Amino acid sequence: MSEATLTAVEISAGVRSGSLKAADILEQHLDRITAREGEVHAFNLVLADEARAAAAAIDDLVAAGNDPGPLAGVPIALKDNMCTRGVPTTCSSKILDGWKPPYNATVVDRLGAAGAITVGKTNLDEFAMGSSTENSAFGPTRNPLDLTRVPGGSSGGSAAAVAAGFASVSLGSDTGGSIRQPAALCGVVGVKPTYGYVSRYGLVAFASSLDQIGPFTTTVEDSALLLDVIGGHDPMDSTSIPDAHPSLVDAIAQGVEGLRVGRITDLPDGADPDVAERLEAAFDALRAAGATIVDVQVPAFGYGLTAYYLIAPSEASSNLARYDGVRYGLRVDAPDTNAMYGATRAAGFGEEVQRRIMLGTYALSAGYYDAYYGKALKVRRLIADDFDRAYTKADVLLTPTAPTVAFPFGSKTDNPLAMYLCDVYTIPTNLAGHPGMSVPYGTGADGLPVGVQVLAGTLGEPTMFRAAAALERSMSEASAVGRASASEPDDDGVRGRSPRGEGSLS
Amino acid sequence: MGVSARITAADVAKVAKLARLDLAPEAIERTTAQLAGMLEHFADIDALDLGAVEPMTQPYPLQNVFREDIVLTGLDREEVLAAAPAAEDGRFRVPPILGLDG
Repeated sequence: MSEATLTAVEISAGVRSGSLKAADILEQHLDRITAREGEVHAFNLVLADEARAAAAAIDDLVAAGNDPGPLAGVPIALKDNMCTRGVPTTCSSKILDGWKPPYNATVVDRLGAAGAITVGKTNLDEFAMGSSTENSAFGPTRNPLDLTRVPGGSSGGSAAAVAAGFASVSLGSDTGGSIRQPAALCGVVGVKPTYGYVSRYGLVAFASSLDQIGPFTTTVEDSALLLDVIGGHDPMDSTSIPDAHPSLVDAIAQGVEGLRVGRITDLPDGADPDVAERLEAAFDALRAAGATIVDVQVPAFGYGLTAYYLIAPSEASSNLARYDGVRYGLRVDAPDTNAMYGATRAAGFGEEVQRRIMLGTYALSAGYYDAYYGKALKVRRLIADDFDRAYTKADVLLTPTAPTVAFPFGSKTDNPLAMYLCDVYTIPTNLAGHPGMSVPYGTGADGLPVGVQVLAGTLGEPTMFRAAAALERSMSEASAVGRASASEPDDDGVRGRSPRGEGSLS
Repeated sequence: MGVSARITAADVAKVAKLARLDLAPEAIERTTAQLAGMLEHFADIDALDLGAVEPMTQPYPLQNVFREDIVLTGLDREEVLAAAPAAEDGRFRVPPILGLDG
């Protein structure tokens, strides 16, 4: 296996043992950035010099006989809504253009302490509001597998960076599907952990009761490794779960023998036939691996979209009130503060962000609160209760991650509601606070990747990862069979296509 | 009130003022149409019987989250002020609070 296709687990093991140099691994990734970043635009900022210094420091540590940590020398990209001290953090918004945070997000500190190398800050839909990365104030990210198509969003830059081999792994944030949907569209693994699993301190807030940070990786094991590093209690986040989490790297070693895998019989329609076909293949693979498939119902699932688009904009309208031109970011000068607020916010926020602030302010305003926000909170309870009932019958649930493969630019930008429907299968999990992850499971229309979503109940990560690892194994077995009579795929650095995304298990 | 009550341009103009967003007249018009379309879709939850359902405000309920009462280092004042659009004498500088806009 060439170093270009090494996983984070392999890089870290090699660097810790001295058989690989962090500096060499980094240069391979920087070379790919040089070659393709111009067309992909995964990054708002590439930190090549800082990364080189950090990689040299890691190699020095190893040479001196010290252990740099479980992510030693692993190049990582960070969604540009995670605060990095002294390094611009924009949320892909004009309103924060040039802002340098005075502190690090907790995840940034934990990654650094574990020996990871930050290669850059990735593009996103402004303030993480969108499903295509077309809402970035700095221009869209393109899907590395097909440059005419979106990478998904809102963490499109983080998904594209891993799919293009610009970074070994990356972090995104998921409020309604913003990790899982781009992971599916770019052919990589993406995980939204249980709410409270990973500290949100230093993650610029979108919707505080829904936001979670999680990894993008090429393998299930790499995601487990990353979550083992960044997860766990943080006193700086009052919603952080106090209990310690069991190791997910340990959990995936177990198989799925006897696992109950649920099929949601009343799932909303809308998945394209190629996506539905891959989901069936996933059920078949888990059955073949020893799991039992059971039917479950989640009747309120279909109401998730409405509840989400009342709750998330409401929280956003409150969170984004802080961008007032006083303490940081853009200011449009005006004779008094009220005029300054209105002018600054109209000039600094893009159209989708303004739309959601408007929707949220309306849903929270006097006379409408009970009819919209209050009602949505009750629907949220129904959804969580329905899931809890389903999880008495099943250990995990499988659904499509997204209804379609990656779509062309501009195909949904004129119709906000059509864009919102991209997240119909991911949103209910955020409302319930449960974990969910997307696993690349072969290809659909036009040879583009399809993701299968594995869901579990609160803190069900170990079981979810077992199922995801079993799916991954079934894909690599299928592609190993497919390759036996074919030549090795070209290593063009596009990892969503080789080997994991190209299986033909059908 | 049902969720399907029709939103008007006057509602949107009022909300824009509440949200401190200076929207141009054509933006008010466009937003009104878009929000009306969304709210129409969101009327699907009117079909649900929610009378006995408790609202869910947080997904992982925790109560009385305190940390140890010890002194920690705060943010560096100069570093924070350096990020402000305008600062003076260790403080944020803003235009008059009471002014032309009542």
